[in-house]
Amino acid sequence: MNVAYLYSLIAVVVLGLIAYAGVEAAGLDVLFGVVIPYLALIVFLIGFANKVLDWTKSAVPFKIPTTFGQQKSLDWIKHNRFDSPYTTGQVVIRMLLEILLLRSLFKNTRVGFGKGQRIAYKWVVWLWLFAILFHYSFFVVVLRHLRFFAEPVPFFVSFLEKIDGMFQILLPNLFLSGVLLLGGALLLLLRRVLLPKLVYISKPADYFPLFLIIGIAVTGLMMRYLDKVDVVRVKELAMGLATLQPGIPEGGISGLFYVHLFFVSILVAYIPFSKIMHMGGVFLSPTRNLANNTRAKRHVNPWNYPVKTHTYEEYEEDFRDKMKEAGIPVEKE
Amino acid sequence: MNDKNKIITGLVIFFLVVLFPFWFNLIFGAADASTAPEPELTEKAEKAETCVAETEHMRTEHMQILDQWRDTVVRDGQRIYVAENGKEYDPSLSNTCMDCHSNKEKFCDRCHNYASVNPYCWDCHTYPEETE
Ligand code: HEM
Repeated sequence: MNVAYLYSLIAVVVLGLIAYAGVEAAGLDVLFGVVIPYLALIVFLIGFANKVLDWTKSAVPFKIPTTFGQQKSLDWIKHNRFDSPYTTGQVVIRMLLEILLLRSLFKNTRVGFGKGQRIAYKWVVWLWLFAILFHYSFFVVVLRHLRFFAEPVPFFVSFLEKIDGMFQILLPNLFLSGVLLLGGALLLLLRRVLLPKLVYISKPADYFPLFLIIGIAVTGLMMRYLDKVDVVRVKELAMGLATLQPGIPEGGISGLFYVHLFFVSILVAYIPFSKIMHMGGVFLSPTRNLANNTRAKRHVNPWNYPVKTHTYEEYEEDFRDKMKEAGIPVEKE
Repeated sequence: MNDKNKIITGLVIFFLVVLFPFWFNLIFGAADASTAPEPELTEKAEKAETCVAETEHMRTEHMQILDQWRDTVVRDGQRIYVAENGKEYDPSLSNTCMDCHSNKEKFCDRCHNYASVNPYCWDCHTYPEETE
């Protein structure tokens, strides 16, 4: 039994209770509704910039693209442009496929025994499927939340709402992305809880963000479909934050909302220090963003200091007389 | 190495996207958007003093009440709704709600627009013409 996920689950539950009690019992609306969200944003911006600037200092002594296909070679050998990119343009396309379609997850395989005792590699699509479900629904949910943070509401938000709510079921109208987000996160969690090999390599740092996001999705769905929150007041609070005139709207908002907001604040502040930094890191992966063209272009480590050289010609220049005396052959007489 | 400039450019673009609400509202927003527009009550609504439920309840649950009305009227044929306070109402959007709140634009739409809510009720149901 792996206690990593128990600790993470307990941590998220306790954080939720803190926010709920803080608002409902101690009346700390301003702390949880204004101070903590602003602090979280500041920590996020500074932490994120800090991390990325630190990455710019990393040396790239070698070109180390990982390749999945034939590199550019002789004309009559078919070059695999996106699996072994040669030009910057091809690298860009490879990066786009990676970032927009999570292409390397799509190549996931599992080793096992095939017929008899033969080793066999099987294509396994689940990780890719859960991940793409999770990432895109998260993205859509976040974009849709702009209805709270922008007045007038931008056209693309209304447009997304139309598509997301196209089934016109439930009241308020069901947004597919919210449910898919919860489903995707739960499936990703189940992977890490049920597959022994994954449990073995999973740490609290893997479970905590998942539980946190599940907590955000659950409280969000509850606010919309079960224990309804007054969205007009939520927008007042959100617009106060976005226009730098923060305040708690008259009449107050339910404790559940502050749990949601506290979870989000923690997630946002936690991003620069967590695995979620892969959102920035994926752009800087040297195994993905370098062209496989070392046969044509010499890669010089830009951090090389100027090396003092002493070529053979110079050496012979220095010692020609002595070499001749000793009978050592020289190139120039 | 010029990679540093590229990375910093990317970082700046990312921050601009993340901070969208701050500059969007500054450029396109109305001055006082952190206070919701007040829904206006008609004379008739003011006189009635109370709706079919408490205001605080109506704020978050009015759509549920309408949904329930739809079911009881259309599926069960029940045309009387007894409110919490014992009063009886005709469970009808057009005939009961819109009788008092005949000013859709200044009542319903105010909050709906602010919160970007587009109820598809109006796809079928009509509402009274606004009268000046
Ligand atoms: C990482 C960021 C966030 C995520 C992933 C998230 C997720 C969700 C989800 C899944 C829902 C369910 C309903 C739906 O699909 O829209 C929801 C609803 C909600 N969220 Fe968030 N949320 C986030 C940030 C925030 C923030 C910053 C606020 C503060 C204004 C907020 C306020 C609300 C409210 C008021 C609802 C109920 C909406 C309704 O009744 O229609 N959320 N959230």
